[in-house]
Amino acid sequence: MSEAKKYPAPVTNAETAPFWEAARQGKFMIKRCTSCGEAHYFPRAICPFCFSDKTDWEESSGEGTIYTYSLMRKSPTGPYAIGYVTLKEGPSLQTNFVDCDLTTLKIGQKVKVVWKSTDGAPLPFFTPV
Amino acid sequence: MTIKGKAYIAGIFEHPTRHAPDKSTAQLHAEVAKGAIEDAGLSKDDVDGYFCAGDAPGGAWPMVDYLGLNTKKLRHVDSTETGGCSYIIHLGHAAEAIAAGKCSVALITLAGKPRTGPMPPRAAGAELDFESAYGATTHNAYGMCAMRHMHDYGTTSEQLAWIKVAASHHAQYNPHAMLKDVVTVEDVLNSPMISDPLHRMDCCVVSDGGGALIVTTPEIAKSLKKPQVRLIGHGEAMKGPRGGKDLDLTYSAGVWSGPRAFEEAGITPKDIKYASIYDSFTITVLMQLEDLGFCKKGEGGKFVADGNLISGVGKLPFNTDGGGLCSNHPVNRGGMTKIIEAVRQLRGEAHPKVQVPNCDLAIAHGTGGLLGVRHAASTAILERV
Repeated sequence: MSEAKKYPAPVTNAETAPFWEAARQGKFMIKRCTSCGEAHYFPRAICPFCFSDKTDWEESSGEGTIYTYSLMRKSPTGPYAIGYVTLKEGPSLQTNFVDCDLTTLKIGQKVKVVWKSTDGAPLPFFTPV
Repeated sequence: MTIKGKAYIAGIFEHPTRHAPDKSTAQLHAEVAKGAIEDAGLSKDDVDGYFCAGDAPGGAWPMVDYLGLNTKKLRHVDSTETGGCSYIIHLGHAAEAIAAGKCSVALITLAGKPRTGPMPPRAAGAELDFESAYGATTHNAYGMCAMRHMHDYGTTSEQLAWIKVAASHHAQYNPHAMLKDVVTVEDVLNSPMISDPLHRMDCCVVSDGGGALIVTTPEIAKSLKKPQVRLIGHGEAMKGPRGGKDLDLTYSAGVWSGPRAFEEAGITPKDIKYASIYDSFTITVLMQLEDLGFCKKGEGGKFVADGNLISGVGKLPFNTDGGGLCSNHPVNRGGMTKIIEAVRQLRGEAHPKVQVPNCDLAIAHGTGGLLGVRHAASTAILERV
């Protein structure tokens, strides 16, 4: 199902372009502030916690756990499971769970990033480990 | 400075329509504006403040022109857009403007036709590339909240269903309600699963329609014929995942807007006789009741069960018009109708079968945006004078 799904290419902008360039090499990047030490996602130039402009790109392990999910039973492209993953590095992010039986997802389950191609840069999704 | 007692809701109008393919959206705004102005016993030329949100075609200045408001007199406008709770925020902002002497008769309008045709998409924020592909909708965003609330607190689908059951008990007396049949917990659980764990009957209706308010000074309100209802406390707040660090979908921004409003009013949730609580989904009600302090966090399931929200049966009568779950949800925005039913209760104008006896203190609370993603909340505490 998810393999057949067509995903929109990210538009990207000057602030986030490095994320999508890394994505093309299979690297899942987050940002970390060198002033307060906090990691965040999605990436910003200015730290959303201490407002420092000293934020660096950092490759994430791409591993995390399911914080929550909801299985949308019907849609024009079929059922899909939206949810949030809490990365090992700390930040939580919105995603879809793919390449698995969507009816067996559980909060707390370990997941890892997988990439799905688009007409532009690939998009990150998560699948159970 | 406080707005406590400095502004009165003198006029209310809820459009009776639930499906309006034969009307324009601007026309619906005009019809509800006319209704609220007439309900107050004022005239269009008395209006010197206008408030609208994203549902107003073209925004404030096209609406002011279309409505034919007296622009020699109009001296305060506000087009704050916070989704479904915009109108509760407008109420607070109107009170601030009135208290500051910036206007004396404020008109707030809401109208639109999502049942007739699809609404224009919401403008995207900076998160666009990092979220838009994942298909967040109202159903699944609130489903994610319910899923985590169940995980953390043991909340059940049966408990959520009681919220719909209570709304349906009230809707049977509302001749304009879209869904007038009384339903049971089993009916809710047996309705199709839409986005886990929310069933179809956990979801509100989609309706055309609208509503409007007139907010004015104490002096003008006292010169009019309607029972006097005043704003004594107001709060607003916003919440989001903030870089992914603050993600907690078990509470809403109501944890901040609520206490701000109660503190200003100088009362506590125990004093409230009637509650209008935005019910986009059953989980929305449960989380907001907890956030507002009607029960402890995590105990919302127990609080709403066994008819506790049914007027004449339970301790906290809620949404006695049937709310969004049964009556209407104009423009997919519930804030306006929440204020209107609270004013009806305070005036003693609710349906006799659901009217709360001696209703002197009420709350109207709502959220806007997606509870499971980013949202705003606003709380208004109203008193019968």
